[in-house]
Amino acid sequence: MPKDNGIGASPKRREDVRFLTGAGNYTDDINVHGQAHVHFLRADVAHATINSIDTSAAEAMPGVVKIFTGADFAEVGGIPCGWGVTDRHGNPQQEPRHPIIADGTIRHVGEIVAAVVADTPEQARDAAEAIELDLGDKPAVVDMAAALGEGSTKVHEDLTSNLCYDWVFGNDDDAAVQAAFDSAAHVTTLELVNNRLVANPMEPRVAIGEYSRGTDEYTLHTTSQNPHVIRLLMCAFVLGLPEHKVRVVAPDVGGGFGSKIFHYAEEAFCTHAAKACGRAVKWTSTRSEAFISDAHGRDHVTKIELALDADNNFTALRTNTLANMGAYLSTFSTSVPSYLHGTLMAGNYKTPVIQVNVKTVFTNTVPVDAYRGAGRPEATFQLERVIDKAARELGADPIALRRQNFISEFPYETPVALTYDTGDYVATMDKLEAVADVAGFAARRAASEAKGRLRGFGVNCYIEACGIAPSNIVGMLGARAGLYDAATVRVNATGTISVFVGAHSHGQGHETSFPQVVADMIGIDESMVDIVHGDTGRVPFGMGTYGSRSIAVCGSAMVRATEKIIAKAKKIAAHLMEASDADIELKDGQFTVAGTDKSVAWGDVTLTAYVPHNYPLEELEPGLEETAFYDPANFTYPSGAYACEVEVDPDTGKVSIERFSAADDFGNIINPMIVDGQVHGGLGQGIGQALLENAAYDADGQLLSASFMDYAMPRADDVPFYQVDHSCQTPCTHNPLGVKGCGEAGAIGSPPAVVNAVIDALQSGGKDVTHIDMPLSPARVWAAMNG
Amino acid sequence: MYEFEFEKPSTIAEAVAALADEDAQALGGGQTLIPTLKQRLAMPSKLVSLAGIAEMKGVSIADGVLTMGGGATHAEVAADACAPLAALAANIGDPAVRNRGTLGGSLANNDPAADYPAAMLALKSTIVTNAREIAGDDFFQGLFETALEEGEIITSVRCEIPEAANYQKFAQPASRFALAGVFVAKYADGVRVAVTGASEEGVFRWSEAEAALSANFAPDALAGISVDAGSMIADLHGSKEYRAHLVAVLAKRAVAALA
Repeated sequence: MPKDNGIGASPKRREDVRFLTGAGNYTDDINVHGQAHVHFLRADVAHATINSIDTSAAEAMPGVVKIFTGADFAEVGGIPCGWGVTDRHGNPQQEPRHPIIADGTIRHVGEIVAAVVADTPEQARDAAEAIELDLGDKPAVVDMAAALGEGSTKVHEDLTSNLCYDWVFGNDDDAAVQAAFDSAAHVTTLELVNNRLVANPMEPRVAIGEYSRGTDEYTLHTTSQNPHVIRLLMCAFVLGLPEHKVRVVAPDVGGGFGSKIFHYAEEAFCTHAAKACGRAVKWTSTRSEAFISDAHGRDHVTKIELALDADNNFTALRTNTLANMGAYLSTFSTSVPSYLHGTLMAGNYKTPVIQVNVKTVFTNTVPVDAYRGAGRPEATFQLERVIDKAARELGADPIALRRQNFISEFPYETPVALTYDTGDYVATMDKLEAVADVAGFAARRAASEAKGRLRGFGVNCYIEACGIAPSNIVGMLGARAGLYDAATVRVNATGTISVFVGAHSHGQGHETSFPQVVADMIGIDESMVDIVHGDTGRVPFGMGTYGSRSIAVCGSAMVRATEKIIAKAKKIAAHLMEASDADIELKDGQFTVAGTDKSVAWGDVTLTAYVPHNYPLEELEPGLEETAFYDPANFTYPSGAYACEVEVDPDTGKVSIERFSAADDFGNIINPMIVDGQVHGGLGQGIGQALLENAAYDADGQLLSASFMDYAMPRADDVPFYQVDHSCQTPCTHNPLGVKGCGEAGAIGSPPAVVNAVIDALQSGGKDVTHIDMPLSPARVWAAMNG
Repeated sequence: MYEFEFEKPSTIAEAVAALADEDAQALGGGQTLIPTLKQRLAMPSKLVSLAGIAEMKGVSIADGVLTMGGGATHAEVAADACAPLAALAANIGDPAVRNRGTLGGSLANNDPAADYPAAMLALKSTIVTNAREIAGDDFFQGLFETALEEGEIITSVRCEIPEAANYQKFAQPASRFALAGVFVAKYADGVRVAVTGASEEGVFRWSEAEAALSANFAPDALAGISVDAGSMIADLHGSKEYRAHLVAVLAKRAVAALA
């Protein structure tokens, strides 16, 4: 019998009622009395010197309140980078100033050149068009290899080159690694591109800054996945404001996918301008602005080499990657191609020697940062593609080759610094083979061929490190933040509960799943529990939601706080029943004295806590509210095996996904329906990357796919009905719920399966195609077939 | 968008008068013009909506001639036109686009990747304006260029119903406009083949294919015939060679669908 309440049940998402009936409260729904509007004049060239900016005509336009240029922000800090990576020689990364408004130089299309605050958005835009710019064009640096070449134009004149850092990870003994390759029976090499993506959450970014002259307090409403992080970065590094005078609120947020983690210039601008203008200042991004101002994702170029012995055991792995940073370092940009990528290169396999080399590069493009999966999809893609290529070169079955090399004993310490606590890769592969009906593939291929289509089957495994992250470990690796989380459980007198959480829900369904945990622990109906999130004025200092961390980290804090609540409630119950609190049991919301028929209800105890007439006041404080901070002992390691089946139209190169199967191990699961949805969404994004999405720049640094006319987002008819199974469960060993996180798995695990399937299809048709770079558009597939 | 005057006349004569003002612009369903205005890429002094003109509505078939009002929406064409054109219209955009966008608006815009222009060339169309009748073959004059004069309004369109016709469209993955689209129409006096989406010069009739299919209406008749890749569009979504190849594939598929 499926449960209908608590952990393991699948109640429908309570937040969807307001989202689907127009009752949500997104940042753009908020209007503040007397607010003005800002229009950002953005660069339409990728690289130029700003000789002069003449705002005199614009300032005289109707409704204009104030016009800001880079000079107005010369005295405040730049946008900080949250992770300092040390290079292979022990040197710090090159870290250029990241101004709120361009100061003297434009470095990417979309960079803010000036900001006009006016009474209406239209007046602000009209005035922005009247600003006269005198620019000195400079050559744009777009291609990463060219950017590192001798004599390349520099994106930042004050840096020594366009190299941010040159990093090595794993085995840094070049000779030893080379020896492992020299002694290999077979080496498979693959060069590939991990395509640049635009996150495109449904809700574009919005910011509203307010300042109270009476209290000297600021409020920033913003579309953020982590309001406390924004407050800290903006106050401490950019504007120099006291944190206790600044409240950051992220109300309903319509999707983030990583792009709303980062502190953006527009947030600091609106906060600063609110005081400077004496009015609230609001900005709502257009979709066109989002394409050229939201941080992009991925954009790696990699050469990967896999060495195998004569028995097809993996013996060594070496990668060389160029990773695009764009023009400036976004908040977590430098961590993505390093510690969120290099640490994952072992995958699910016991490869003894691994060396990861990464050069990060400045270019005249939009900054690149974390996007759903963040480094882990890039690692998984190259590893699972090179394994597939090796299997083809060796005539080995791709599934058997993977099985043979699986890590099978846990805990397992990888050569790239992680310790996998638990997993069962054989079980997920067994499950996948059943769910994907591998046995029936030959018949399905024959049916496709009968109608003139090529059919292919592709498989891959994935491991991810999420539940980010143990603060002491990430601190050693260069993180400039802790990565704990926090929860306050406030029990009301009548027994209902508000849980104030540091995690932020912007599509994940926390408002449904988090109460399931608390209700389950106490034995009350989950309708008695609500969560509060997204407001630094209300919730404890938490680090927000990204890296599939919410239930594993913030959920653990919530469990710890609830445990404290239960312990105190038992003391109150013991007092009421004149028993020892050691003898009190809590079940189904009833406190009983073990071995007796004495009991008091949850509501009796909570009322007593707040109306302490009969209460051990000398031993116990009144009230029932507890806070816990939780810092994880390790990452969590969800894993799984995915399979994709495609049909390729040999006449046009069009790929259609006929089946997609996922067997995931997420450890324990709170709400299976929400987990299904998270996997479905991730698969949609992974398939989007594999087949459709491409942020393409021309040589002048213009984004060619700068609207939905050219940037192909996946639509419902681009994806199949998924077969998703998460019955393989090896609970996490180090957090109280045994949970691992599920938000990014689909996006991490699906691109290689899609590409592997297309290659399989083409080879089944006699085409000698070993790789196609994503997205596998019809034109690219056709060109590969006819190349 | 910038500020503009707005008029919504109820007769063609009133619309023509309203469009006489300098920089006045006719507004059909607005599926291209409104986004253009929102991006501030156009600055008309006045928009003259054609949506209230009853005499520009309706789709009817009589005596082998299909007559469609310039103000007919794609959804109305999809519901009431002859089958091949109805199928084409039913696959334009999404329901919101089809319920707002109009035949006349699309033809006047002449987007090189639009579907209707191929149908107009293949279906022996006559474009009727407030001032004159223009043969479909003379109407389309390159990318976004037509024979329309300033202020001229497409009031209706006539097409000759073919013996058989089929439109094959290969969608650009992002916009789902035609990366290439081929409309084949078979008449007693010969076959017409029109190609959209592919050429740098806009929609065109593929005379070589027409001759081959007029002689032998079978997919095999197109074997060895190809359009010149040199004049095809190359962009993010496909090379010149790919588009030329698609044209041949789609033409064969259109004929095969009718065989």
